[in-house]
Amino acid sequence: MSGGTWSWQRVAGQGGSVFVTLFGLLILTFVIGRIMPVDPVRAIVGEDATREVYEAAYLRLGLDKPMWQQFLFYLRDVATLDFGTSIRTGQPVLDDVKRVLPATIELATFAIVFGAGVGVPLGVLAAVHKDRWPDHLIRVFSLMGHSMPIFWTGMIGLLVFYAGLGWVGGSGRMSQFYIGLVPERTNFLLIDSALAGQWDVFCSAINHILLPASLLGYSSSAYITRMTRSFMLDQLNQEYITTARVKGLSRRQTIWRHAFGNIRVQLVTIVALAYGALLEGAVLIETVFAWPGFGQYLTSNLLIGDMNAVMTCVLIVGLIFITLNLISDLLYRIFDPRTR
Amino acid sequence: MTDTSRARPAPRRRPRPGLIAARNILVYLAKAPTSAFGLLVLALLILAAVFAPLLATHDPYAQNLTTTLQPPGAAHFFGTDELGRDIYSRLLFGARITLTIIFLVTIVVGPIGLLVGTVAGYFGGRTDTVLMRVTDIFLSFPSLILSMAFVAALGPSLNNAIIAISLTAWPPIARLARAETMIFRQADYIAAARLQGASNARIIWRSIVPMCLPSVLIRLTLNMATVILTAAGLGFLGLGAQPPLPEWGAMIATGRRYMIDSWWLVTFPGLAILSVSLAFNLLGDGLRDALDPKQMTRR
Repeated sequence: MSGGTWSWQRVAGQGGSVFVTLFGLLILTFVIGRIMPVDPVRAIVGEDATREVYEAAYLRLGLDKPMWQQFLFYLRDVATLDFGTSIRTGQPVLDDVKRVLPATIELATFAIVFGAGVGVPLGVLAAVHKDRWPDHLIRVFSLMGHSMPIFWTGMIGLLVFYAGLGWVGGSGRMSQFYIGLVPERTNFLLIDSALAGQWDVFCSAINHILLPASLLGYSSSAYITRMTRSFMLDQLNQEYITTARVKGLSRRQTIWRHAFGNIRVQLVTIVALAYGALLEGAVLIETVFAWPGFGQYLTSNLLIGDMNAVMTCVLIVGLIFITLNLISDLLYRIFDPRTR
Repeated sequence: MTDTSRARPAPRRRPRPGLIAARNILVYLAKAPTSAFGLLVLALLILAAVFAPLLATHDPYAQNLTTTLQPPGAAHFFGTDELGRDIYSRLLFGARITLTIIFLVTIVVGPIGLLVGTVAGYFGGRTDTVLMRVTDIFLSFPSLILSMAFVAALGPSLNNAIIAISLTAWPPIARLARAETMIFRQADYIAAARLQGASNARIIWRSIVPMCLPSVLIRLTLNMATVILTAAGLGFLGLGAQPPLPEWGAMIATGRRYMIDSWWLVTFPGLAILSVSLAFNLLGDGLRDALDPKQMTRR
């Protein structure tokens, strides 16, 4: 009983801290929006608006009010999901984001599958062969992925696998030929094309996603490999492993069933965090591959100073990060009986 | 007054064992092949930056429209770019920019992180809560995206990129310094200093900061690879160093248009970024091993 109330208190405490972080996030985006060297009124009324029009827009935006009041307006807008209109596209920012985000999620999901699929086995292998040549080799391989400027790797990848060998599709989500053919339902291209039964588009999309996703995944596998290795080492050094071996269990069974079985929970949290970190690489790789996703949207709006869009994008990235942290924390609690 | 002067000898004696430890660590790093490679690359980077005018074969800014997009050869080791500038010479001068970024980020981030971390850890309670909340907010962003937003707000330039990177790089340092301070706070020598009447500021500055310094420096080395990649990424997106400057990321961005026919435009600056960031990662990895007591005894 007391254990129950204790964990409720913890949940409440965590909810409170998430709330404070969220509030700080809003202050941060607000400040960034305010110090941006763009006149928000000019951006709306245009360069050659008359003085009266300018003044009216100025008052309508509430710019004559004190800062704290403007911040309250901002809070109200965010609470009602009104993020303003993008200057560049002329559409509500929220609609834009809904359109571009699926492309990035598709890319990041493929990347994390690749990253975890490569990173976890390599981490286990490195731990089992600690300080022998597989360990050193894996260390260099994963540090390499961690050290590569991803935008450069993307270009070299295009040069070699697209221009040189012709193994994969070039930039974009699919061949130019198919653009506009797929009915937009979810904006996830793979799902949409499969729903519409357009398997040639589906294949083209797979062909285009492979290179950027595997490069992105490679860069995130470094972190996953390192963490897997250290988790595994912690387990392998414990006495129950020796006991299992003494009892006559095979090496393979000890490693995979016993040691690996115990680190699965930790791995899930690590992969969730790595998924968030992919967003960063996505910004750069989307620019290289002309991938019409969130990263490209953010970058192009930053370059022209589209304030509403930038503030919203930064807010969304922060939200995704906080959510992933929370999810990984929750998963940890659900799956690990010791934390209950 | 006399009380505080009596507290002085203790921290004064510390640097000597510190220097010996630093030498031991350096020897350890030079012995392992991976971290030795890291040391070598960084030494080369510093040499390239210092002696850039001597080592360069051409003026890094001199355009020559009769020799544009020349492939690598005897006249131009790494070829020329779309304006006929020598890529080898530009890379050498780019090393200066990279070193500037490393240096400035270190001297901005180190003190800020130390200040926030030690104050939070030393005073605890409400001060700690507030400072760590602020740290958490900054940590809830991927560093590249936050620096992009800051640069957009400040206007794209090399200096603003450095400011933006520094703004996003201090939170992990503050976290670390706080954790260390929490350990030292309970130590007897801190209690002794306090009993002698030393002020809080003095205790933090003279007794706690020197103790946190080694681990903070190591953490800075570890983070430097990320800093370099972020700076290059900003340069690539056009938010960092601006065109005539031979910044490696910006060089890749301009070379991108000619990439298919002239591979050397993007390949060499990319290799430069890769080797420096790999060097820092290998070095950081080695430092972690060198300072992990469990690992030390085993070797």
